[in-house]
Amino acid sequence: MKKELAPEDFAQCPLPIGQHETIQLGHGSGGKMMSDLIDKLFLWAFDNPLLRQMDDAAVLDLNGVRLALSTDSFVVDPIFFPGGNIGELAVNGTVNDISMSGARPLFLSVGMILEEGFSLDELRRIAESMRTAADHAGVKIVTGDTKVVNKGKGDKIYINTTGMGLIERNFVPSSRNLKSGDQIILSGNIAEHGIAILSQREGLAFQVPIESDTASLNGLVTSILDAGEEAVHSLRDPTRGGLTATLNEFAKTSHVGIQIYEEKIPIQEPVSGACELLGLDPLYVANEGKLVAVVAKNRAEKVLEAMHAHPLGAHSEIIGEVLAAKPGMVIMRTHIGGWRIVDTLVGEQLPRIC
Amino acid sequence: MKYLDEFRDPVLARRILSEIRKTAAHPWVIMEICGGQTHAIIKNGIDRLLPEEIELVHGPGCPVCVTPLELIDKAVEIASQPNVIFTSFGDMLRVPGSKKDLFVVKSEGGDIRVVYSPLDAVEIARKNPDKQVVFFAVGFETTAPNNAMAVWEAHKEGLKNFSLLVSHVLVPPAIKALMASPRNRVQGYLAAGHVCTVMGYKEYEPIAEKYHVPIVVTGFEPLDILEGVLRVVRQLEHGEAKVENQYSRVVKRAGNLPAQERINRVFEKTNRKWRGIGEIPDSGFRLRPEYREHDANIIFQLEQLEVNEPAACISGEVLQGLKKPYECPAFGKACTPQTPLGATMVSSEGACAAYYTYYRHRSAM
Repeated sequence: MKKELAPEDFAQCPLPIGQHETIQLGHGSGGKMMSDLIDKLFLWAFDNPLLRQMDDAAVLDLNGVRLALSTDSFVVDPIFFPGGNIGELAVNGTVNDISMSGARPLFLSVGMILEEGFSLDELRRIAESMRTAADHAGVKIVTGDTKVVNKGKGDKIYINTTGMGLIERNFVPSSRNLKSGDQIILSGNIAEHGIAILSQREGLAFQVPIESDTASLNGLVTSILDAGEEAVHSLRDPTRGGLTATLNEFAKTSHVGIQIYEEKIPIQEPVSGACELLGLDPLYVANEGKLVAVVAKNRAEKVLEAMHAHPLGAHSEIIGEVLAAKPGMVIMRTHIGGWRIVDTLVGEQLPRIC
Repeated sequence: MKYLDEFRDPVLARRILSEIRKTAAHPWVIMEICGGQTHAIIKNGIDRLLPEEIELVHGPGCPVCVTPLELIDKAVEIASQPNVIFTSFGDMLRVPGSKKDLFVVKSEGGDIRVVYSPLDAVEIARKNPDKQVVFFAVGFETTAPNNAMAVWEAHKEGLKNFSLLVSHVLVPPAIKALMASPRNRVQGYLAAGHVCTVMGYKEYEPIAEKYHVPIVVTGFEPLDILEGVLRVVRQLEHGEAKVENQYSRVVKRAGNLPAQERINRVFEKTNRKWRGIGEIPDSGFRLRPEYREHDANIIFQLEQLEVNEPAACISGEVLQGLKKPYECPAFGKACTPQTPLGATMVSSEGACAAYYTYYRHRSAM
């Protein structure tokens, strides 16, 4: 029989290697490892009050003109996938980050890192779809940069986009603004982008092909802000880390609790089936054309109505509400009526063995 | 969702719960064997819907959790070598060995690839004849047929560069070991539906009889688990001890005979170490002598490598249902999914990780 353990016994345990000396894939997964890296390394190195806003876009005041600035890099593999490609994603992703601050996105820069030997035909198709996506979102690509790296030093193509938008309203939705009683509205089915990428990458064929939901959300944001005005406390597009990462960030930044209801969360049948098959929880799977709006209770129905009227918000649902209790925590009522925490993951979501 | 939503119906769940409440007159300790069931129980909040009389304890059926430290070290050793492509299911990559995990090996340049099937690893071996392709064959009886199939195919084709690092474990010897322990608290079992899909449940009948313990073969959806609990409680209240099959939409008494035939052709039983529990006789598979040329242990000359388990982690007691994760002084403090002290905190099916992820604080709800 083992002796009872004291806490100091664990100090000698040879197992822990949570503190890494080098960059791991998990540092880029949108989970706790990444937020640790940002907090402890980047914030430490770059610290200033504007950076500390920590929203998707920085809000800058230049002599009374308020601008939103945001940047994002795209390294997705495969570069062409059902429903889109890396170029569309790069335009829509930055347009969306700008839009979530309530700004009207206007200009984009594009940085291309290309691998020696990459097909010009594929590059042409990517550039073309970037132009189409930019036209669709009403933004202009106004500056760019091109670098080529040796074969094997990169993977075909990496794209960075930086975007600038103009804030014309007198309020800025922010993840710091959640209030007890606010309603959480999700703009549609979750997990489509992540599953589309994964099924393409793993060569999984489903009866109904699952397409990425990549889309620019600035039009939908305009509808939401017109309907809700300053009652729209926060907007966020749940990309990497999925719905869970967004809700946890809200709860932590605003020091509130959030409760959601599993049966209210919209998801397509083939997507939930694919998640079951792959052992993944759709709450953690990436989206590229969805947003979460947090709206004061008295305006929530009006905003929901406006979202339903927009093609990208047709499946919008109120999935939960903000609580004063349980600050920093997201809890969910499950299908069968149990309750559990919905926490962010440490690193990558790993498919289970059986 | 066909065949999923039906088994998550809240109205039916309430009906079964009220039936359990009516039936349970005494306190009972029930163990779900399989980590997949532990995950489903915690993820759906099932244990908190059950009446106070019913205590669910979480069994050793998490392959990641019971894979001994030395096997992880062997994997790390092999994966670090040049000219090796090391393939594995995803959740083995973060399990800490005594010095590092496979993710770290990958970041140091090791060629480690996550696959969904061992047959994908065979395909990699075909395409890379100049590399040794090793598949980390971890799991219970459930994954054994596929792994056997992979070796059988590679052998038939004469693929000399494909091997398995075998760490297969078996459920019935583990139940026997638990029942034989003087500290045992378990009075009834939910047997793992997927394992029984392959093996059937004949081999559980002598166990139920010998130890006078009810065993109900149970599925993985909330209603499956609730019904499994109800059936165990009914037997316990009536003083019965038999094997029942709740998961009859999938499991047959004899199991999947062609799958068993494939397993038996390639594997034979062997003693195996279980992380946190120790060696259990005849509790695992190894490759039969005629397939030894596909045994990574032999190819990489690692048979002699032995690593002692750290004495400090209580995951062995958690895996035997003797302690709950939050009873560990390190739980949620020194030991989190980010800084795991033991494998039960690494795998999403591990009881500690499930408690940490879904409940965190005992009083959170």
